[in-house]
Amino acid sequence: MPPFLYIFLGALAIVSALGVIVQRNPIHSLLALIATLMTVAVLFIGEDAVVVGFLQIIVYAGAIMVLFLFVIWLLNLQVETGPTGHLALKLFGSLTAALLATELFFILAPPHLQVKFTHEPVGYGSLASLAGKLFTDYLVAFEVTSVLLLAAVVGSVALARRLPGTDDPRAARKTAS
Amino acid sequence: MIPLTYMMSLSAIIFAIGVAGVIIRRNILVMFMSIELMLNAVNLAFIAIGSRLGSMDGQVIVFFVMTVAAAEAAVGLGIIISIFRNRETVHADDLTLMRW
Repeated sequence: MPPFLYIFLGALAIVSALGVIVQRNPIHSLLALIATLMTVAVLFIGEDAVVVGFLQIIVYAGAIMVLFLFVIWLLNLQVETGPTGHLALKLFGSLTAALLATELFFILAPPHLQVKFTHEPVGYGSLASLAGKLFTDYLVAFEVTSVLLLAAVVGSVALARRLPGTDDPRAARKTAS
Repeated sequence: MIPLTYMMSLSAIIFAIGVAGVIIRRNILVMFMSIELMLNAVNLAFIAIGSRLGSMDGQVIVFFVMTVAAAEAAVGLGIIISIFRNRETVHADDLTLMRW
């Protein structure tokens, strides 16, 4: 990946990530999040993780974000009006985040950081190499994942459904008033 | 190839923005989006180190993180819908039932 591309993508990712937390309309936050995910996906592809990059676009930016979009529509959320939170909270949050970023920088990326650089084997990041790893070394984890997804599907349906016999509290409140 | 330091810095910055979002915003949905942002920052670090070590393990871990994120999003949004149905709010400060 050429350096100018990294700078462009990095700046785009940071700006759109900031967009997620400063937008007042949840839909705009979501669009900024999708932009961030797309940018990170391109960074993945630039780091020779081609399959994971495309999975990121299809699964994350496609499926999961559409789920968020449906929920925002379903709840009919409007733009937040009035002050959002206290100024002290914002100051504290920004300060904490800045300190955390500095700390992470010194732990994860000290200037003298040296990872033993190995040349990527042929076919690195291809579907065949990912599947080869997934279905040999990580087979048990892969199978457990299917149980996790099943539990999540059943659990979310059970959480979100309306129990028979119980009235919708919103409808009850409307008729009472 | 881009130096590892740069990729890790980008990952750290995105992670910190996600933490700031969880602290500052009071809308549950936006807090949830900030969590996704943090997960993505970690994924970026995994991919960057994996490609420099020439190992596929990082990419497999990212694959699993995506799966867990999908499950988490499904359950979390189910909880949010359930909260909204009962309390008609998505504002975290209004949910004080378990506060002492």
